[in-house]
Amino acid sequence: MEPVKMQDTNSYLEGFSQFEKDAPGSDLSWLRSIRQDAITRFSELGFPTVRDEDWRFTNIAPIARASFQLSQNGQRTLSHTEIETFTPQGLSGIQIVFVNGRYLQELSSLKSLPKGIKVSSLVMALDKDKDLIEHHLTRYADYQKDAFLALNTAFMEDGAFVYVQRGTVLEEPIHLLYITTTADAPTITNPRNLILAEDNSQATIVEHHVSLDESVYFSNVVTEVVVGSNSVLNHFMIERESKRAFNISTLRVQQGRSSNVTSHSLLLGGAIVRNNVHPVLAGEGSECYINGLFMSTGRQHMDNYMKVEHASPHCDSRQLYKGVLDGKSRGVFHGRIIVHKDAQKTDAKQTNRNLLLSDEAKIDTKPQLEIYADDVKCTHGATIGQLDENAIFYLRSRGMTLDSARALLLFAFTSEILEHIKVDPIRNYLESLVTDWFVQGKLFDRTQ
Amino acid sequence: MLEIRNLHVKVEDKEILRGLDLKINAGEVHSIMGPNGSGKSTLAQVLAGRETYEVTEGEIIYEGKNLIYMSPEERAREGIFMAFQYPVEIPGVANTYFLREAVNAVRKYRGLEPFKHVEFIKMVKSKMKLLDMDDDLLQRSVNEGFSGGEKKRSEIFQMAVLEPKLCILDETDSGLDIDALKIVSKGVNSMRNPERAFLIITHYQRLLNYIVTDYVHVLVDGRIVKSGGKELALELEDKGYSSWEQSEGQNIKAANT
Ligand SMILES: Nc1ncnc2c1ncn2[C@@H]1O[C@H](COP(=O)(O)OP(=O)(O)OP(=O)(O)O)[C@@H](O)[C@H]1O
Ligand SMILES: [Mg+2]
Repeated sequence: MEPVKMQDTNSYLEGFSQFEKDAPGSDLSWLRSIRQDAITRFSELGFPTVRDEDWRFTNIAPIARASFQLSQNGQRTLSHTEIETFTPQGLSGIQIVFVNGRYLQELSSLKSLPKGIKVSSLVMALDKDKDLIEHHLTRYADYQKDAFLALNTAFMEDGAFVYVQRGTVLEEPIHLLYITTTADAPTITNPRNLILAEDNSQATIVEHHVSLDESVYFSNVVTEVVVGSNSVLNHFMIERESKRAFNISTLRVQQGRSSNVTSHSLLLGGAIVRNNVHPVLAGEGSECYINGLFMSTGRQHMDNYMKVEHASPHCDSRQLYKGVLDGKSRGVFHGRIIVHKDAQKTDAKQTNRNLLLSDEAKIDTKPQLEIYADDVKCTHGATIGQLDENAIFYLRSRGMTLDSARALLLFAFTSEILEHIKVDPIRNYLESLVTDWFVQGKLFDRTQ
Repeated sequence: MLEIRNLHVKVEDKEILRGLDLKINAGEVHSIMGPNGSGKSTLAQVLAGRETYEVTEGEIIYEGKNLIYMSPEERAREGIFMAFQYPVEIPGVANTYFLREAVNAVRKYRGLEPFKHVEFIKMVKSKMKLLDMDDDLLQRSVNEGFSGGEKKRSEIFQMAVLEPKLCILDETDSGLDIDALKIVSKGVNSMRNPERAFLIITHYQRLLNYIVTDYVHVLVDGRIVKSGGKELALELEDKGYSSWEQSEGQNIKAANT
């Protein structure tokens, strides 16, 4: 059967009816009804427009107008050498790979997992860990008000399932690699990840989205993370997809008592990228650190949408986001902090700093504080600036070339984010990506 | 070493230096004094290659080369160093990294091997001792959060590390307490030798108690109006600049109309 080209709401409905018959887990009635509810919700909501407050600065019309088809049957296989550049040096361990949204066993290494850790594809988990999945999947990322979440929920097919059992500590990062490669027509993939970290556990998850070529496609990603009490979880989002790809992703974190979550995002690729980070500090005394670096050139558009929800007393949150924008690119930082009525003694801080490298680059930065408790500390600050000419002259007057002075200042700007990364192989990898960006962006050619 | 002839410099359409002449030979120490806004920093910045200052007339010859068309980094590599009146804070760039880049850029230009890490650290530590710098300096970002005195000492420390031929100090003594002033002077004096020259911009005769100067020049309204030996500094401290300011100001007005 020819795959349906999905463009307007009707064709998405049509695509859905074709998809749902053979979708993984279509035999599970709870999942069927969630998918059906989600597609209904999607058709009611439709794609958001700039009239929608949450999308004021990001026009996703190119996504809404484009026509996408679901990834076809017939697995594309890849060799280890083809993905070598996407495997950070020193991360030799646990890896699960998806190609065009589907699990690829040959490249995944899930054999000798330590005791207390499960990593599998969602499809496998629907079979082996039915109860856990039913208990958690879709329970946190609420699709009622978000069309992209609804779309993902309706069309979710595969993704990663990570389960860290009570008391298990895993130092080694778990690498989730999503590769998209040319199809005949632009495809949409809807990766859906579920990470469960039980009480007193510790884990590091690296979500990594890459392309093999410069093709047009749409990654619509949802990751739900549930962190038990007294647990430590680090999450990395590395987005380095094709400059013509669209990426909308949501990280939804549910935090238990005294848990500690760190989220790092590095956005480099994509034509339109929207990265939603939404932790809910549900357990008393929990903390989250949300760091991000986004670097755009050309006509890229990168939107960082934070929604930090303080739902319990004595929780701390820290956001530090930095943007480097070149060319005619646009960036958005929308930082919402919501402090619920009972969340007394909240301590929330938000910082967004941006560097514009060209006159035509633009950033919109918007803090949004919604505070319903009375005993809280919330601070926010944003800056937009250029490379400091005085600093450039100072460095040159000591013998450095203009190029190296600029590179040094840029690197210094980004290093504040990179320094927070405690996992060496990841920090080294991200540092090299950032340095490559400086070089490839030909920042050093148009000087003088 | 350095010869400046009839130098005219403009900033944003305002003429600041108006026909300045100055000659400095290797081994000499020259001091420039003058009222606020007379163009002292402008001279220092122009020598270091700041592009916001436009040279409209005259020439600057340094070791037989025309300086005006050289980039700031080339000048630095040729041995010109300016200690800034207001050193720039550079968050996120550690002093060690900065100094190593700078030293090795200069060494490479002079055809020397870059320093190996151990040699570099050894060299840097000895200069730190000379200027009484705290050990944590190397880890700290360039000038970030430094007190005024620390910034000035750090400039002289950089100068000691880079071993330039022409050292320009723009009000390095301003705002220093007597102990810091002694340390800075010690650093400068230890670097004096027959191949090196100093151009010291200052408001106060005080510094010249510690650094013996060969010549004192008075800069008023963008011109050197008087030159003399170190005794001139004492005279200035006593009488100020008013006599020149009035007469020169009138002369200039008369000349312009
Ligand atoms: N970048 C600039 N833009 C505009 N005007 C400038 C600039 N730099 C200097 N000037 C002006 O040029 C004149 C000379 O300034 P300069 O800094 O050279 O004086 P100075 O002798 O060093 O004074 P001070 O003793 O206060 O340090 C002043 O009137 C100053 O306002
Ligand atoms: Mg000055």
